[in-house]
Amino acid sequence: MHELAICQALIDQVTTVARSNGAQRVSNITLDVGPLSGVVPELLANAFTVAAAGTLAEAAGLTINPAPVRVWCKSCQAESDAKVNRLVCAACGDWRTVLRSGDELLLRSVVLEEVDPAPTLQDSEEKRHV
Amino acid sequence: MCDTCGCNVTPGNRDLAEGRQATQVLGSLLKVNDHQASHNRVHFNGHGVLSVNLMSSPGAGKTALLEATAELLDGDLRIGVIEGDLETENDADRIRACGVPVVQICTGTACHLDAHMVHDALHELDLGSLDVLFVENVGNLVCPASFDLGQHHNVALLSTPEGDDKPAKYPVMFRSADLVLLTKRDLAPYMPEFDATKAANYVRQLGNAAPILEVSSKTGGGLGDWTDWLRRGVTELRTNLAVPSASLGS
Ligand SMILES: Nc1nc2c(ncn2[C@@H]2O[C@H](COP(=O)(O)OP(=O)(O)OP(=O)(O)O)[C@@H](O)[C@H]2O)c(=O)[nH]1
Ligand SMILES: [Mg+2]
Ligand SMILES: [Zn+2]
Ligand SMILES: [Zn+2]
Ligand SMILES: [Zn+2]
Repeated sequence: MHELAICQALIDQVTTVARSNGAQRVSNITLDVGPLSGVVPELLANAFTVAAAGTLAEAAGLTINPAPVRVWCKSCQAESDAKVNRLVCAACGDWRTVLRSGDELLLRSVVLEEVDPAPTLQDSEEKRHV
Repeated sequence: MCDTCGCNVTPGNRDLAEGRQATQVLGSLLKVNDHQASHNRVHFNGHGVLSVNLMSSPGAGKTALLEATAELLDGDLRIGVIEGDLETENDADRIRACGVPVVQICTGTACHLDAHMVHDALHELDLGSLDVLFVENVGNLVCPASFDLGQHHNVALLSTPEGDDKPAKYPVMFRSADLVLLTKRDLAPYMPEFDATKAANYVRQLGNAAPILEVSSKTGGGLGDWTDWLRRGVTELRTNLAVPSASLGS
């Protein structure tokens, strides 16, 4: 269940963004998640409910944009769609490809609520920087 | 969050009439782990220690490989181990019995290691006296691949009894491998259905050009190629670090 660990990291990041913008609440969080990130969107959504409880993102909606799997072929230079376990070139069949999209695990944006009109930036906590 | 890497939050489009603000962030969800991993890498580089993350399903032979490697190298390369068996001290004891310095990670969840756990452990080792540091990850083909530990190389083990199609079933793990070891090859006569060529093809279909070696920790078969790979890795690392721009650790 690494989805829970990932959601806790997500909540930490979102909390930092909210605080540094002087917001009281977060109403939406948008992620980009590719199937080769190793994270299952459904499990992430379930874990989010657990991780968000009692935080300022408690009532936030979670929007997960699935990223397509795309590869670029080193031998014929074509870019094509691929399957997670067949990352081969659709044009020439060569396996020597580079992943162009599909392993994303990104926090894209957040919607903040009750934003203080004069936010202070001093609150961007620097934790665990060893 | 961090001034040095450009991952700072950018101010968003404000719509203050409503007190609502949409803020673009666009950063990795694993940013904190990734920062820690880079820091770990600085430690490894500072001492010219090659760090190798061993990943596999439970029981594929990670600890047995480390035991056999210690015996074969016999101090020729000085190795150390960070042991990620979170439930027992058994694996750590087995490696300690080979005269290899080992630190057991005993905090955290039971399904993967993260960069902070490895950082705490690496400070308990004398990196200056090592050539190669192995991290034996938790036996699991799913989550360990998502967490960068700061290793230089990922090694994925696939044991003969598991079946040759594991790379197709766990593409995230096998795509991340810099070396794939087909282990327990002494069992090949009893398991002819495991086709090493097929296993290799499944790895290639992931766009992965990593070398694939067949080994047996029991008979020692193929382990010479494995230790050669390690030696080359140490040499390459130190050559790269010798270029003037190399970052030196703390
Ligand atoms: N026949 C044979 N058995 C092996 C070989 N390598 C390991 N084994 C056996 O496989 C079992 C598991 O080996 P371990 O080395 O403990 O595997 P592991 O990957 O460290 O296991 P976890 O840490 O629990 O995930 C043990 O009974 C080993 O003796 C091998 O090369 N040949
Ligand atoms: Mg083990
Ligand atoms: Zn995990
Ligand atoms: Zn092509
Ligand atoms: Zn440190």
